Amino acid sequence: MRPPAPSQSAPASRPGALLRSAGPVLALFATLLFGFVTSGCRPLPPADLVLHNGREPETIDPHLLTGQADGRIGSALFEGLTRYDPVTGNAIAGLAESWSLSPDGRSYTFTLRTNATWSTGQPITADDVVWSCQRAVDPKTAADYASQYFYIENGEAICNGAETNLARLGVIATSPRTVRIQLTNPTPFFLELLASRVFAVVPRATLEKYGDQWIRSPDLPCSGPYTLESWRVNDRIRLRANPHYWDAAHVRSKVVDVLAGDSAHTALNLYLAGDVDFIVDKDMFPTELAEALRARPDFHRYDYLGAYFVRFNCTRKPFTDPRVRRALALVINRPRIVERITRMQERPASHLVPFGTGGYTPPAGLEPDLPLARQLLAEAGYPGGAGFPPVEYAFNAESKLHEHIAVELQATFREALGVRIELRPLEWKTYLNNMSKLDYDMMRSSWIGDYNDPNTFLDLFLSNGGNNRTGWRDPEFDQLIHTANATLDRIRRFELLGQAEARLLRVGAPIVPLYSYVGFYALDTNRITGVHGNLLDEHPFWAIGRLPR
Amino acid sequence: MKLLHRLLLIPVLVWIVATLAFFLMRAAPGGPFDRERAPASKEVEAALKARYHLDESLGRQYLRFLAGVATGDLGPSFKYRHHSVNDILAQALPVSLTLGWLAFGTALGIGIPTGFLGAVYRGRWPDWGGSFLVLAGVCIPTFVLAPLLVLFFSLKLGWLPVALWGSLPQVLLPTFALGLYFAARVSRLLREGLSETLRAPFILTARAKGLGEFQLLLRHALRPSLLPVVSYCGPMLADLLTGSFVIERVFQIPGTGAFFVNSFFSRDYPMMVGLVIVYSALLLLLNLATDLAYRWLDPRVRHA
Repeated sequence: MRPPAPSQSAPASRPGALLRSAGPVLALFATLLFGFVTSGCRPLPPADLVLHNGREPETIDPHLLTGQADGRIGSALFEGLTRYDPVTGNAIAGLAESWSLSPDGRSYTFTLRTNATWSTGQPITADDVVWSCQRAVDPKTAADYASQYFYIENGEAICNGAETNLARLGVIATSPRTVRIQLTNPTPFFLELLASRVFAVVPRATLEKYGDQWIRSPDLPCSGPYTLESWRVNDRIRLRANPHYWDAAHVRSKVVDVLAGDSAHTALNLYLAGDVDFIVDKDMFPTELAEALRARPDFHRYDYLGAYFVRFNCTRKPFTDPRVRRALALVINRPRIVERITRMQERPASHLVPFGTGGYTPPAGLEPDLPLARQLLAEAGYPGGAGFPPVEYAFNAESKLHEHIAVELQATFREALGVRIELRPLEWKTYLNNMSKLDYDMMRSSWIGDYNDPNTFLDLFLSNGGNNRTGWRDPEFDQLIHTANATLDRIRRFELLGQAEARLLRVGAPIVPLYSYVGFYALDTNRITGVHGNLLDEHPFWAIGRLPR
Repeated sequence: MKLLHRLLLIPVLVWIVATLAFFLMRAAPGGPFDRERAPASKEVEAALKARYHLDESLGRQYLRFLAGVATGDLGPSFKYRHHSVNDILAQALPVSLTLGWLAFGTALGIGIPTGFLGAVYRGRWPDWGGSFLVLAGVCIPTFVLAPLLVLFFSLKLGWLPVALWGSLPQVLLPTFALGLYFAARVSRLLREGLSETLRAPFILTARAKGLGEFQLLLRHALRPSLLPVVSYCGPMLADLLTGSFVIERVFQIPGTGAFFVNSFFSRDYPMMVGLVIVYSALLLLLNLATDLAYRWLDPRVRHA
């Protein structure tokens, strides 16, 4: 017989009491769980096309955006006078159906399409075009690409505040359907430039009503082939075909899901599992698997308008001496870098402008020449590397690729010239900060062209260029670029640009190019149509669609 | 009284942590708008800074930030320029919370039974099986486990989706991948705790008095042995609920985990500080909850 133990009854020690007190807690837990599951997971009806676009866009305002992933969405929503051809990536007619160029090459007159309409059904007028251009170039808008307007009369003056009257910009509505654009100089690549996002036509009334948040306003009027249906950060943007788009008949997919994510392996898994039709972004290619993937028939290689190069800080010893810069450039083994490290079948390039840019043939830069390199280094006062001051090679550390290339260069310089360099991995923003402040000795660099013309690479190194970032100044180079760009004859212009590039690479050598970029896209051509490899890596969404099975 | 005291302390601690985050972020080199391409002009750069008040003195920026937080506005994201921090948190937090709760359930659901069986059948096959799971869970890092799960269950067998977030099947793999490590920790804590309790004199007394084995284990031995598990639950939940960078990246899940890492690298000051506020508040609240649970489970704490 058990004695009664009243003193022990206070703590809830019987299983029943335990359950009774735990019951509500469990119920609460279950409700929470259910609530969270139902709020966190909301399946959408399937789309007609699913694309993997790489990173989450930072902004899709066509005038403000700078990233490629951002740009693809920007182009889907807003269009300018010209647009990109899905096959070649060159400019073709957009909102403008035709144009004419004055004999002096400085004045374009564009005629808008009669069926150019906003997604709300309102017509797109010449005033819309003018207002959009004024907005993009207005320094208050703070568009990074406002520099594309410097070719237009008063564009530069407005952008740097010297001219405050926006109406003085050389974009003028001469009738409700015609726009005249007045250039400061003949600009052979101007139509290409016009296809870029910073020239897209945006809805004035919406911008004025909603301010910074205009792009997420309800019933956003769009001038491009798609409208914005929904947007969940780091998940997807859903686009729906704009029924009032002037070329709506050729928009292949009505509902397009554009996924965002920054893991290349996940993108590949999604593609392999059939959840993604096409990986648009070339950064979403797992380079570790390059060899295996290259062999697949659904992986397509294309040359790409980008260059990988090394910058020298020409304001810091020993790189103040061009002989030192040239000596280092003369020993680099580019094929080795491309075959052993990058392994994407890049083209080794001693020149900056990638092959095939706008039909231009780049001149050779400094090709390997060991005796000459040693001689130059000795002339500069460092025979056999003796007395060479300690220098650092800085690179952004988020990619192993840059590190491997840095190690390769370090070994090459030591073996060939007896020059020792230290490696300095930097976090991305520190890297950018050091580059813009000229706080480095040597630095890994790259540039992606904005339009299909050699000028997009060469004008970087103008003495007053904001993107020069080497401290190199050469009036003769500047003169060659300016003369070339004022030359109407294409062949003569390319000759002059070629001379400028040769001067940049062989005489000044503030940079050493290593290779031109390539891209790979994953796409089963038996299932998807409308994607074509092109130098600009432009794949307008409107042209892409699933083939009927 | 003590509870009220601790509740009141939470905002103060959060404020201190947020202030530290605010100034440390701004001390890092480079700014949110440093990009590969130089700004079009000095005026463009100035306008951009003015728009986000980065041209003001640090003190003013801090006051502006405090005023915002006081009204529940964490400010605009500097990186995702069409979204405010509140916007992003409203989208991402429910996702991370869902995943976190589910993984928490998985951790306890797997960890408690295996730990219990391991202690009860110490040295026999349920113990070996449990130990194997624990070892696997602790030793295989999530960034290896998650891709292996995807490879096997999604790509090879085709049973489950490879990634994304939106349907129930898509939830299973990330939940398991995230929960397994914690399940292992829970299992180990319980196994050790229970083994020790079972060696305690009061168990011997209970057995001597003829208490049934089932009652003995569940009623008398389990409860005190759960204490280490409960004290681990607080930080575990805080860890799980705020999102896992690795799991969210591997399964492309739109939670807060990615922002935690990326907002530092992109110098998205308001986003980073906002997350620090959420995380620290959550951690403090959960620690408080742990202590309360302790009082409920252990009379010694309650009466102390």
